[in-house]
Amino acid sequence: METLVMNNLKVDVNEEGYLKNPAQWTPELAHEIAKEVNIELTDRHFEVLNWLRAKQAEGVALSIRKVGNSGLVDIKEFYQLFPGGPLKISSKIAGIPKPVSCI
Amino acid sequence: MNDVMEKIQTKHTEAPAKKEKAKVKKVLIICSKGKIEDVYAALVMANGALMEGIEAKMFFTFFGLEAITKKNADHLHTATVGNPAFMPGLPTMLGGLPGFEAFASYMMKKEMDKLDMPHVTEFIQMIDAGGGEIYACKLAADMFHLKKEDFLPEVKGIITVGDMYALADGEGTQIIFI
Repeated sequence: METLVMNNLKVDVNEEGYLKNPAQWTPELAHEIAKEVNIELTDRHFEVLNWLRAKQAEGVALSIRKVGNSGLVDIKEFYQLFPGGPLKISSKIAGIPKPVSCI
Repeated sequence: MNDVMEKIQTKHTEAPAKKEKAKVKKVLIICSKGKIEDVYAALVMANGALMEGIEAKMFFTFFGLEAITKKNADHLHTATVGNPAFMPGLPTMLGGLPGFEAFASYMMKKEMDKLDMPHVTEFIQMIDAGGGEIYACKLAADMFHLKKEDFLPEVKGIITVGDMYALADGEGTQIIFI
């Protein structure tokens, strides 16, 4: 099991850097992960992250389309908030597993 | 003999200077077909590229143009005749019965809905929102008498083959033809 240590925060991650246990997630940790991909998290980011975490906890298979239909954020804004692969990057920051969707 | 073996072994174990893995940075997807499965292949790959942070451009030509017209984008069909992989046990003649193709296409779309696959127009909106660019082929548009207003609003332009190649400019671009 790999362990990621960031600013004294210790969590278990897989080889791609996704948290193994979403329960270990904290907003501070989100800031640290986001820094790695050059994203400065705002409240807007956290709204999306919390939505993703809630849906993931419900067992929903997340996709870009579902995020776009969430009523919270449209696809364009989602790409702007998390540039360079929004679903994967936001999932990593949200501390949930890597999405397996093709759409 | 041993010396030779040793030399060969060392040659093999000496790793060549490792090159940085060249990543795909951009895809240009050319869709020349209007069958539902071909169009979806193009759309899934373009959208999938954007999801990975890869730039995506799409160029629709010939029958592929159907997929970006306001009139037909959401009414594409699969081929039930001349398509051996479609229900392999089905006699070819049956596939040609009136209404059969529409029925088969309807069933296919129903299965796609179950997988949360969007309709063509929504898919194109998603690609556009993700920063992908969609173009129509000038030659084919002329041939089918299609004008800018016949196409979905996300279609950025009707361009020549030369302009299409310009879309692929830059290192790390792959061109995919469907």
